[in-house]
Amino acid sequence: MTIEDLIEEFDDLGDWADQCEVLIDMGRDLSNMSDNLKTEDTKVHGCQSNVWMVAEVKSEPLRIELTADSDAMLVRGLLSVVLMVYSNRSPQEILETDVRDIFSRLGLDRHLSPARKNGLSGMVTRVRAIAAEAVGLQS
Amino acid sequence: MTTDMSQRPPFDVEAVRGDFPILNRPLESGRHRKGKPPAFLDSGASAQKPQCVIDREREVEEQFFANAYRGVYYFGARVDEELEATRSGIAKFIGAESTDEIIFTSGTTMSLNLVARAWGGKFLEPGDEVLITEMEHHANIVPWQMACAERGATLRWLPLTEDRRLDMSRLDEFLTPKTKMLAVTSMSNVLGTINAISELARRAHDVGSLICVDAAQSVPHRMTDASGQHNEVEPVDFLAFSGHKLYGPTGVGVLYGRRDLLCEMNQFLGGGHMISQVYRDHSTWADPPAKFEAGTLPIVQAIALGAAVEYVSGLGLDRIHAHESQLLGYAHEQLATISGLTIYGPDLEHKGAICSFTIDGAAAEDLANLLDIRGVFVRHGHHCAMPLHEVLGVQASVRASFGVYNSCSDIDRLVDGLQFALERLIVAEK
Repeated sequence: MTIEDLIEEFDDLGDWADQCEVLIDMGRDLSNMSDNLKTEDTKVHGCQSNVWMVAEVKSEPLRIELTADSDAMLVRGLLSVVLMVYSNRSPQEILETDVRDIFSRLGLDRHLSPARKNGLSGMVTRVRAIAAEAVGLQS
Repeated sequence: MTTDMSQRPPFDVEAVRGDFPILNRPLESGRHRKGKPPAFLDSGASAQKPQCVIDREREVEEQFFANAYRGVYYFGARVDEELEATRSGIAKFIGAESTDEIIFTSGTTMSLNLVARAWGGKFLEPGDEVLITEMEHHANIVPWQMACAERGATLRWLPLTEDRRLDMSRLDEFLTPKTKMLAVTSMSNVLGTINAISELARRAHDVGSLICVDAAQSVPHRMTDASGQHNEVEPVDFLAFSGHKLYGPTGVGVLYGRRDLLCEMNQFLGGGHMISQVYRDHSTWADPPAKFEAGTLPIVQAIALGAAVEYVSGLGLDRIHAHESQLLGYAHEQLATISGLTIYGPDLEHKGAICSFTIDGAAAEDLANLLDIRGVFVRHGHHCAMPLHEVLGVQASVRASFGVYNSCSDIDRLVDGLQFALERLIVAEK
């Protein structure tokens, strides 16, 4: 499924309760992060539930691979959206995309509390900083 | 003070709920399928307001608002009069001896910070101890940590028993002649545990310590007797609570302090109204309560808090307690039908109208989110009690807390909502 498919599905569903179910299903399908990666360093602050994110720079082609996890299934669903948008993308693509726009196209921004939005922003800032660094290394 | 309950009509929860406009409006957020009113189960965080409180705020704004203690003109004088009437109503409501012992603050947090800073800043010495407990809210932990760090005093923690009550059998070990202050909640905001304040006060006084009570959770649910004059209980030295948990507005709270202590301790915030005389090189202080009421008070909110106190007194704390005890019993019974659900806290006899729980295999945040879809509003997380959650061995819990307007049907909606959530979170996993 691409992000455009998901936007279409959410639009069709219209109802937050149904969208929640889709997110929970996506959360369930997200691969678990191994426990030894869940450290203070990989923790995303500003989230109500625990959220961890690891970004690895891969080469040939240059891309950033993300893994993320949370205790809460709904949050895992949201993380899986973030990963759809950012993971395995080139640093350039990451810098050109703001997942927050995608969240608003999904209509999710209405359902995210400011605390959750802070957590999301923290994650976006971190991914973009890694991307910017990778671009810097490349040039 | 005991009221013969047979003389009064039975508690009519539907009529009470009718007093709260927000609970009678269908939800229209676009998040909720059916336009039902919410099942509001988060009064422990902040209670809804009855129409009389809303009307009172509006009345002040529309009819006689002015700054307090400053103008002789009609509005100013009327505001002063209403504020003093509220102060006196609060004094009576919590069993203070004098209205001068009632200080308006912004809420419990400010009240407790005031005591820690203004009392602690003067009377805590290196080597002294402040005793708190493992069930405290951060508002009754952090100000004491700060005061102890500044004054070189030691903060100690009274542990809990297995059933999450204060371990009174170990009190002597922690409450000693070194203890200068026992800061304790009268009702845990997570466990609902009701603490034996009179006994704690007596034991504190026996070793020469003072007692400061965080009464934010208990004041809306049980009778408060700060000076012990009504019930021949041991008086307390300081007691703090918030307006917004007592069906009053946000932004206003109360600190009760024994008059002699309020006179002796340091001032808190400096500014207008709290002074007696201001010279170029120093100032002298007004008498309490003005000494602790620098700047413009939350005037409208404070006056409307008076209406909330009248409302609660009109319902009667004895009847409120009876109603909420019945609800709590029903909640325990119904929640027990959900497999894997653990309620934290002691048995019904020792707790107030709060149920915090976890369900095996389901994150608290997911439960709260899915309950919201069904119009059931609960809190999730650590509830500003991280050290307590560490003792409980969980990171987060779901908390359903009850108020005068809740009925058994709200609990039925909670249980239905949890089943709805579990079907999505757990059953689908198989």
